[in-house]
Amino acid sequence: MTAKGILIQGLKKRYGSGDTAVDALKTVDMRVAPGEVVGLIGPSGSGKSTLLKCLGAVIEPTAGKMILGDDIIYDDGWKVKDLRALRRDRIGFVFQAPYLIPFLDVTDNVALLPMLAGMPNTEARKRAIELFKALDVEHRAKAMPSQLSGGEQQRVAIARGLVNHPPVILADEPTAPLDSDRALAVIRILNDMAKKFETAIIVVTHDEKIIPTFKRIYHIRDGVTYEEEGEGRDFE
Amino acid sequence: MISLAGRDIMHSWGKFVFTGMGLGLLIGITLSMAGIYRGMVDDAKVLLDNSGADLWVVQKDTLGPYAESSSIYEDIWRGIRGLPGVERAANITYLTMQVGKQDGDVRAMVTGVTPGEPGTPGWPPYLVAGRQITRSHYEAVADIASGFKLGDRIQIRRNHYTVVGLTRRMVSSNGDPMVFIPLKDAQEAQFLKDNDAIREQRRRTAENPAFNRPGVPDLLDAIIASQSTNLYVNAVLVRVEPGHAPEEIAELISRWKRLTVYTRSQMEEILIGKLIATSARQIFMFLVILAIVSSAIVAFIIYTLTLGKIREIAVLKLIGTKNRTIVGLIMQQSIALGLIGFVVGKISATLLMAPLFPKYVLLQPLDSVMGFIAVVIICGLSSIIAIRAALRVDPAEAIGG
Repeated sequence: MTAKGILIQGLKKRYGSGDTAVDALKTVDMRVAPGEVVGLIGPSGSGKSTLLKCLGAVIEPTAGKMILGDDIIYDDGWKVKDLRALRRDRIGFVFQAPYLIPFLDVTDNVALLPMLAGMPNTEARKRAIELFKALDVEHRAKAMPSQLSGGEQQRVAIARGLVNHPPVILADEPTAPLDSDRALAVIRILNDMAKKFETAIIVVTHDEKIIPTFKRIYHIRDGVTYEEEGEGRDFE
Repeated sequence: MISLAGRDIMHSWGKFVFTGMGLGLLIGITLSMAGIYRGMVDDAKVLLDNSGADLWVVQKDTLGPYAESSSIYEDIWRGIRGLPGVERAANITYLTMQVGKQDGDVRAMVTGVTPGEPGTPGWPPYLVAGRQITRSHYEAVADIASGFKLGDRIQIRRNHYTVVGLTRRMVSSNGDPMVFIPLKDAQEAQFLKDNDAIREQRRRTAENPAFNRPGVPDLLDAIIASQSTNLYVNAVLVRVEPGHAPEEIAELISRWKRLTVYTRSQMEEILIGKLIATSARQIFMFLVILAIVSSAIVAFIIYTLTLGKIREIAVLKLIGTKNRTIVGLIMQQSIALGLIGFVVGKISATLLMAPLFPKYVLLQPLDSVMGFIAVVIICGLSSIIAIRAALRVDPAEAIGG
């Protein structure tokens, strides 16, 4: 196992206590290497969202270990003081809906993250434009989110997830609102970006169209993950 | 770092501007209320300034002649004039009434001034048109706010007067324009009864055996003559010679003439502290109510705007935006709304309400500065509810499930 990417060992999450306690995550073991895109699949109530929130440092797990890149970020307790900075600098998010900030133009939607991290505005915008070139939305850089198509918005959202060059991106149903062609296009982009930026990407999905594209899939059922080889079908 | 609040305002500027305009009209009313109070105080001061007096001699133990009725004998001024340190003394009467004109009437304070020359206490200190009163009867000088014009014929009680001069900013403490007429006419207007009442009084006097004695035939005529004579004025205005303290002269007059005497500062205290005190309290209550309503409106608007951005706020928190950035976003928007409101309010108060309001509205720069500070504080406080809502947003809301 490489030291980069993300490694999760024996992660557990319990809600409540006593008789009313619910074990949302019982045993989660995952590893995603840099440049790799894996699928996370499971039925409703299986613990996908809880796992995503734990990985995103939004809620605290009950036990287990998480290693991000070279750093242990959780080991039966948070090892990082500033979770906000952790989310900003080291974890990228792509949501089911793009959730772009409606009052910022496309460039500033993406450049906002490095700006929040203290990067000068000009440099942050330059970095955003570079990503737009890679994602083929450079011509929409000055547009407002409401002027973009669904696919364009999702590509901008991917750019936002990538802009701080995080070691891991958590993508929550990123193709749900898209048709087959656009959904596959998004997965192709995620694969390209994973390789280009050496980023580990976890895609939570129900989307039957894209499941065959993963080379590795984690199934989650009743809070327990199972690894499976995927078809890794060619996008073309 | 870009200004999130600024971008949001620019993105939905129409909503902000129209909301700000609505708030601005409310702020405009608030500023105008303060201006009305200042105007009342100024009216009171102007009344005192324009009287040209240092002392007001009134009926003993009254707050006359403005806050209470006062009646003193008309010849008292002679004795006062003879006291050392008194430069001039003049009788004066005040009567607030409806002054008739052909096409309606105007509420005015009819002021009876002693015949003399300009500069006599009680006279209008300057005219904007026409001349001062030169005849002993049936001429009038009116404040321009009354709407009267030179040559107009106006009716006060049973007599008609010709407007021979116009003055400006001569108003009562209530803001009613003043109409100056000769003292004798004013005494008649104030004290003389109508013909029916005079006849009835004469009949009653004649039927009283104590007054109508066969053995003293001139007694009845003498009594009736005394009943018909107007011997009273409301006050004597006194100007003190330079080098004399008004307080000392006031003490002298009250001791020797057994009358109540007020200095300028005492009279100002009576007018502002007593005569317009109730109005001032009413205006203050209105100011408080308007401030509360403004706060509620700003709080509601900002809260609604914030609730409309809950998902964006969740995303911002998830991607690592600091709480202070989110607090700044909401507070800056709230204050921006207040600033738009203040500008609109100041403009509407200056250009719309002050000229059109039927009372004198005095908008002072200091009140505007205090109003501005109050608006900023109110908007800042009003955003607290929205800030609390925003800070309670769970970043997990951005993640489905």
